[in-house]
Amino acid sequence: MDALLQFVFSGLTVGAVYALVALGFTIIYNASDVVNFAQGEFVMLGGMITVFTFEAGLPLPLAALAAILLTAALGVALNKLAIEPARGAPVVSLIIITIGASILIRGASQLIFDKQLHRFPAFSGDDPIRVLGATILPQSLWVIVGAVAVFVALWLFFTRTLTGRAVLATANNRTAAQLVGINTAWVMTLSFGLSAAIGALAGVLVTPITLVSYDVGVALALKGFAAAMLGGMGNPKGALVGGLLLGLLEAMTAGYLSSQYKDAVAFLVILGVLFVMPQGIFGHKSTERV
Amino acid sequence: MRSRTTTALATLAALATLTGAAQAEIRLGASVSATGPAAFLGDPEAKTIEMMVEQINASGGINGEEIALTLYDDGGDPNKARTFATRLVEDDEVVAIIGGSTTGTTMSILSVAEAEGIPFISLAGAISIIDPVREYVFKTPHTDRMACEKIFADMAAQDITRIGMISGTDGFGASMQAQCKEVAGAQGIEILADETYGPQDADMTPQLTRIRNTEGVQAVLNPGFGQGPAIVTRNVAQLGFEIPLYQSHGVASDAFIELAGAEAAEGVRLPGTALLIADLLAEDDPQYQVVTDYTAAYREAYGTATSTFGGYAHDAVALIVDAVTRAGSTDPDDIRDALETTEGLVGTTGTYTFSAEDHLGLDLSAFRMLEIRDGGWSAVD
Amino acid sequence: MTRRMKWIQLGVLAALIVLLPLLFPSGYYYRVGALIFVNALSVVGLVILIGYAGQISLGHAGFAGIGAYACALAPEHLGLHPGLAVLLGAGISGVMALLIGRPILRLKGYYLAVATLGFGILVSMVLTNERALTGGPDGMVVADPGLRDLLRDLGLRLSGGELWYGVSGLVLLVGAWIALNLLDSPTGRAMRALHGSEVAAATVGIDVAAQKLRAFVISAVYASVAGSLLALQNQYVTPDVAGFLHSVEMVTMAVLGGVGSVLGATLGAAILTLLPQVLTVFAEYEQLVLGAVMIGVMIFLPQGLLPSIARRLRGTSE
Repeated sequence: MDALLQFVFSGLTVGAVYALVALGFTIIYNASDVVNFAQGEFVMLGGMITVFTFEAGLPLPLAALAAILLTAALGVALNKLAIEPARGAPVVSLIIITIGASILIRGASQLIFDKQLHRFPAFSGDDPIRVLGATILPQSLWVIVGAVAVFVALWLFFTRTLTGRAVLATANNRTAAQLVGINTAWVMTLSFGLSAAIGALAGVLVTPITLVSYDVGVALALKGFAAAMLGGMGNPKGALVGGLLLGLLEAMTAGYLSSQYKDAVAFLVILGVLFVMPQGIFGHKSTERV
Repeated sequence: MRSRTTTALATLAALATLTGAAQAEIRLGASVSATGPAAFLGDPEAKTIEMMVEQINASGGINGEEIALTLYDDGGDPNKARTFATRLVEDDEVVAIIGGSTTGTTMSILSVAEAEGIPFISLAGAISIIDPVREYVFKTPHTDRMACEKIFADMAAQDITRIGMISGTDGFGASMQAQCKEVAGAQGIEILADETYGPQDADMTPQLTRIRNTEGVQAVLNPGFGQGPAIVTRNVAQLGFEIPLYQSHGVASDAFIELAGAEAAEGVRLPGTALLIADLLAEDDPQYQVVTDYTAAYREAYGTATSTFGGYAHDAVALIVDAVTRAGSTDPDDIRDALETTEGLVGTTGTYTFSAEDHLGLDLSAFRMLEIRDGGWSAVD
Repeated sequence: MTRRMKWIQLGVLAALIVLLPLLFPSGYYYRVGALIFVNALSVVGLVILIGYAGQISLGHAGFAGIGAYACALAPEHLGLHPGLAVLLGAGISGVMALLIGRPILRLKGYYLAVATLGFGILVSMVLTNERALTGGPDGMVVADPGLRDLLRDLGLRLSGGELWYGVSGLVLLVGAWIALNLLDSPTGRAMRALHGSEVAAATVGIDVAAQKLRAFVISAVYASVAGSLLALQNQYVTPDVAGFLHSVEMVTMAVLGGVGSVLGATLGAAILTLLPQVLTVFAEYEQLVLGAVMIGVMIFLPQGLLPSIARRLRGTSE
């Protein structure tokens, strides 16, 4: 029994990491139908910038804030310099652009920072919390709370605010959105800035657990992308549920079946879900306009 | 626009030939994984090779001839490694090659070196590199098998006979996992639990819980490198294990203690080289001089501590310098012959004595059992 | 695509393959040339899938992995000649593509991307984990097919580099010829209709599912043969060949060069293969440059290099 609880704790910790990455995908996707494959790099930057500003003497909260703001600025720059000039390009071109951006950011980080692994202290210490014979680290709670908080904020943003609805309207039909007076260029800038900030926040929260180096972004983006697709791309609820589900699946497989094939089981389940629900768990059915 | 790109490319190519063929005499080639998933190994290796060549040239070269180094970064990709090996041999016309940070890249370089008759010193762990012995292939690191034997011997000395293993699925971890399982029986060690984790995994508590719940496990062994072992060490502390944790030589650097946290890493044991305990070595230790010189030079050049892996590259360069000096020739075959007759060369990893049957030339004594105490390394034996 | 264009493309390709060696200063260039041809072969397959049929795949390296390991495993365990192992690998890849293609290709856009990605990861995971069979992440040795000895007995002395340059070039030429013929056939026209609009294609009576599946299987076989050729000339294979990064590399090559044409595929493969070789002096900056090139080409030449250049040339000559 305590084993099962331990697996659940592990699954929730890892799942919350995936969910945070997956949530970052949703805003850009909602605004522009672009899956930003550089999202993992935003997470990496959040961790790396915090590490280096913290080591330079800034207090941790300030270092984290600096990391989030800098990364958000980079997100805006990415939109201005690479996405906006390519407007109207087919989806596969946009995928290549964001993959190119991720390679570029990785290459630059390797030069600006270094190739070593880094870590900064957990926010509330490393003493595990014991529950019924299982343990969880305080930092895991930070990550889980962080994922839920971002989810709630996004959900409110998209359903309760005018700006959030403007984002959705832009994705739906850019011309129509412009006609009703939405500044679509501003919406795009905003969504890249917000997505990057969420990514960086994820990096700040998870680094004490996962450690960070210039090349952690690919694996994170991959899992986050899979989680988002599992839940249904574009839906914050899908990102949260998809992420937690993926984490729990991996932990349960590692705990009860085989740690060698835990990633395999996760992807098999994703394939299975997509066969039954081609738009993910919470995705909307869309039809092609001719 | 197009013509400008062409000019830029031409300049680039010209530059490449210039640096590659600087008029010196001894052409040394290297292909290591300075970036990519194995950068952990290749980065200190590349830095060490560049630093040493500079040092040697500054002090007059070998037999009065300077070394011209051509170093490529294969990014850990065996396919690229083979291309660079071909380039080193065919285009740069080197007389010896150092490199192959991983077993995969080593095996790719190896067949080129063998086919073209160029001596090649590998920096990777697998035993299959030098067993069976290949004419032109040597290596400096201990084999993974030796690391297993060293660890199991230490366990046996403490009456530990039943253990659980948790290994990374990267090349390093998987290779050592297999080797350890092979030699365990002969040393009276029984592996009761055998778990793995992916190189980028964030939490290993499920696997460790399984090990903990396996009846009779007396110690945990974690072959792996990169962030995995640091996370395993932290998870072991989180779960409150009361049995000892053994790590491999893959984590033997100061950074590991920092990443795992001194508290969690307290009491962790692992086989390492003299390099890690440079300041603890007695002055009459045969390795004292070479280890202190190297660690000091590296810190001065790059401002960071070196690692066991940088030490492998150090020894490879030292072996080649020694061989060329003794051969008095820069012919690849002469260098190979001289390499094979290397005797008692003291490196950072151990003392090398090659023969026609042994192209590794280290024995178990080159490994020292280390324990992390009070956030630093200390020697067990 | 006129019949004339087809022969021009093939002619240019053949001329390049035959004439380039005249400029080679050393044996190393044969190796790079062979790599370009092998990469181009798998990219030609993707041109059929992405360019003709409009479907994306982020898992084609999985098929390259199957082809590569078929050449490593079949001679050792089945006693099969490495040459036949190439066919065996292509067969397995084709059947595999047929089986998974049916359900997967119902998915669209990013959902298809994640499903193919999952397939690729599963293949590379099996190759990594089944150590007893595949040697695990360290990889395994691939037997020499003995082609060089055979040619020597026939009186033709070639270095390893020259031999594989020739073989890869020849296979690429055959692959390009098949692809161009396909494009020119009713099947090709049906596939290209999908690229425009699947709904529209269906209304004019095209069996959309069957055409997609056909493109998927064909491209899988191309990737598989390319993987086999790589394994045979490297004489060593590791699970990297099936990795996600290799899949992304293939798609990038296809899109960079221009996803609609065979020559574009070759150009894309050439650029991405040459880049790390040209940048060795600035190896630290390699990723930076690669990323910048990818973004730059997509912004300024959104159709890919070759179509954009061709258009500009046509524009200036008229």
